[in-house]
Amino acid sequence: MKAIYSLFLVFALVLIALIGAGGLGLHYFFGVIVPYVAVLFFVVGFILRVVRWGKSPVPFRIPTTAGQEFSLPWIKQNKIDNPSTTLGVVLRMFFEVVLFRSLFRNTKVELYDGPKLAYASSKWLWLFALLFHYSFLTIFVRHMRFFTEPVPALFQWIDKVDGLLQIGAPTLYMTDVVILVALMYLLLRRICVAKIRYISLPADYFPLFLILGIAVSGIMMRYFVKTDVVAIKELTMGLVTFHPTIPESVGTIFYIHVFLVSTLLIYFPISKLMHMGGVFLSPTRNLANNSRMKRHINPWNYPVKVHTYEAYEDEFREKMVEAGLPVEKPLEEQPSESKE
Amino acid sequence: MYDSGKIITGLIIFVVLFTFPFWYNIGSAAYKQPKLELPKDVKECVESKEFMRTEHMQLLNEWRDMVVREHIKDYKSKLTGKEVVMSLTKTCMKCHDNKAKFCDQCHNSLAVSPYCWDCHVAPKGEK
Repeated sequence: MKAIYSLFLVFALVLIALIGAGGLGLHYFFGVIVPYVAVLFFVVGFILRVVRWGKSPVPFRIPTTAGQEFSLPWIKQNKIDNPSTTLGVVLRMFFEVVLFRSLFRNTKVELYDGPKLAYASSKWLWLFALLFHYSFLTIFVRHMRFFTEPVPALFQWIDKVDGLLQIGAPTLYMTDVVILVALMYLLLRRICVAKIRYISLPADYFPLFLILGIAVSGIMMRYFVKTDVVAIKELTMGLVTFHPTIPESVGTIFYIHVFLVSTLLIYFPISKLMHMGGVFLSPTRNLANNSRMKRHINPWNYPVKVHTYEAYEDEFREKMVEAGLPVEKPLEEQPSESKE
Repeated sequence: MYDSGKIITGLIIFVVLFTFPFWYNIGSAAYKQPKLELPKDVKECVESKEFMRTEHMQLLNEWRDMVVREHIKDYKSKLTGKEVVMSLTKTCMKCHDNKAKFCDQCHNSLAVSPYCWDCHVAPKGEK
């Protein structure tokens, strides 16, 4: 049901753009205002979210110790999975961000023959997550051809490499196929695996359907429901040079695509998609395991008002002596009393 | 904020990268759709202007398959009903005789590199 709700939510978004831009002709709203608001919301929301994370103190070292920690000289340390130096942390973060090392360590737990518990390596999630993220990155960078004039050689080169197979015209992009396959895996994993379906929420399904909608609308626009792409470039260049224009010959499919992308941008900072920034801030990965070498002082320690035993005894000595309790310092005889 | 030096550096890198299209275009002239040099003596193409704008690549791809793989040589225009020979060099480039002033205009602007010219030789521009 959660999946169906999310799917219908994406359908509703498509319908909004279809009716708004296609039926009512609100081209300026869907082509200029919505994208600007979305980009602003995305950048500001992203910064606020990261700053809020930055405000939470991390008083202690809490890295996951995924290997042998620094120990005696003859015990070999795993310098990447349990780093004790900044260089080790940098390497660990590099493998985490670029190659998804945590997902690579993913394991599968199974019961077999009754009570026997077995753990096995499971690399599928890692593989398809990697395929998905790199396809998305390539597609994002490829889109820069709509935002630059003349198009820098780097983007031309990426475009050429992506269309290397030269299938059909317009040439088929490899990333278009790969992202659809990877998204389908990530979606079917949530729907078909009972354990994962049990913990899946609409917040898990919605971004998948939304990105699927974006990919499908983009693929439709490129290969099937074609529209005047030069006019689109005029629109997009108008947006990034702050001279928005709405050419006549831009088709509704473009507004649907842009509306879904804008939704993604707005949804991004308020959702789990913030793992894009969060991966850099995860304290179980970005802290060196040096608890035994350095003293880490809790930043919210404040001067505590103490009442030492000495002061306590000073305060109650007479009463303590009277009650027959032992005291460290004997009761001083009052000089005035002794003379009398 | 803790580790503010690192976090703010990271955020600055993020904002600079994400807003690339906005600062990259500062100072450059407003984008205009490329002006194509249209043939002077012929008024209409094999199909309508709108169709050619969006579908020409697919049309050419179909022509290539029809001629090379199925030996069908003539194409009946949906616009005029006239039959034309399916040939990039003999039909298209007969009117649009300058690749640099016609094809390349939009293709360069959109970083499209069609592989027509891997096999075909572009006319040099003279008639």
